[in-house]
Amino acid sequence: MQPSIRVDPDPAVQYVLRIGDTCLILGQRLGEWCGHAPVLEEDIAMANMALDLVGQARALLTHAGQMSGQGYDEDQLAFLRDERDYRNLTLVELPRGDFAFTVVRNAMVAGFLRHLWAALQSSNDAELAAIAGKAIKEARYHQQHAADWIVRLGDGTDESRRRTEAALAAAWLYMPEFFDSDAVDDAAADMGLGPRWADLRAAWLADMTAILDEAGLAMPAEAAFRSTGKRGVHSEHMGYVLTEMQYLQRAYPGGVW
Amino acid sequence: MGRIRKAWAVLDTVLDPEVPALSVRDLGIVRDVIEPADGGELEIVLTPTYSGCPATEVIEQGVLEAIALAGLGPARVRLQRAPAWTSDWISEEGRRKLRDYGIAPPGGTAPDAAVPLRFVDRREAPPACPRCSSSDTERLSAFGSTACKALYRCRACREPFEHFKPI
Repeated sequence: MQPSIRVDPDPAVQYVLRIGDTCLILGQRLGEWCGHAPVLEEDIAMANMALDLVGQARALLTHAGQMSGQGYDEDQLAFLRDERDYRNLTLVELPRGDFAFTVVRNAMVAGFLRHLWAALQSSNDAELAAIAGKAIKEARYHQQHAADWIVRLGDGTDESRRRTEAALAAAWLYMPEFFDSDAVDDAAADMGLGPRWADLRAAWLADMTAILDEAGLAMPAEAAFRSTGKRGVHSEHMGYVLTEMQYLQRAYPGGVW
Repeated sequence: MGRIRKAWAVLDTVLDPEVPALSVRDLGIVRDVIEPADGGELEIVLTPTYSGCPATEVIEQGVLEAIALAGLGPARVRLQRAPAWTSDWISEEGRRKLRDYGIAPPGGTAPDAAVPLRFVDRREAPPACPRCSSSDTERLSAFGSTACKALYRCRACREPFEHFKPI
């Protein structure tokens, strides 16, 4: 079997991996809807958003590989790390759930990424700023799509409302992790690489408030629980995502189309 | 004719594999063609349309093959992300070709405008139907058969059509 690689713990590299892995794993989860979405238009929408996210992840992982100076490319970083070396937000690795959970998660993550991309456009890392300049246009479409569905489902039938409330309660548990800043954020902010994620909280909450108000849904209370995926300590679901993602490269090292 | 001008002319013949009505120049993704002083490798600078567009690599190959076939090689492609591609870069000729092909061309973009969080983006007028030109159209989905298109329906002639998204 192909052995694992270990990535440099440099905070700037970790900062970029947090974003890249969040895009990568959410892209993988959205891809699971291909052929399973409730209607054809949504099947196509999920696959399109997955494609955007995987494209963003490719650019970010390539950049992280160059920053680390270890010579790893996007494929090695995507397929050859161990679970503890992935830095994504825990929310994106949870199973895709029902359609309500998928759109609630998409609204939370797309809104977060949109504000992050907006701030990263003025990063002093020119490549990161360039990636952000493209990705923000895509994130706008993703957020709009998810918000549209939350309103329809929340303000829809008893069943759609019940499911959306349950999805919101489940996903909201993982929200505090988005905005818990730590030494990686401090280092990134100090070097002008990107914002402390805590600084994105107010703008993100304003978006979510507008969406939930329109949908007639109550914003859940913030839980004391803290998930820790962006520090490499994941939920039990992460191993299963990686098993599926990594199987081919682990079993057939360096395999290409 | 100089090598650079010939190269631009060749690029007029390289089609976007996902929207074969448009050449890469119509699409506005060719940023520059640079010939080094020593007449060596021609550098063609492209800006990708979407982060995950699967056509990007096919386009790179298509460009290099066309340049080689025209005897203008050696050449290489450099991808330039900034400034990000916008559908505003699609040429007038490109917009006409899209309409003739049955795809409603994009309207102008307002990148810094506030983002409406629900339903159809009302900043833009709905695109006119490429078949009957009626503006009585509705969006079925913001996502279509490729990353760059949305699905619409014309309420006048009842035909579904695709719209090249403003981005």
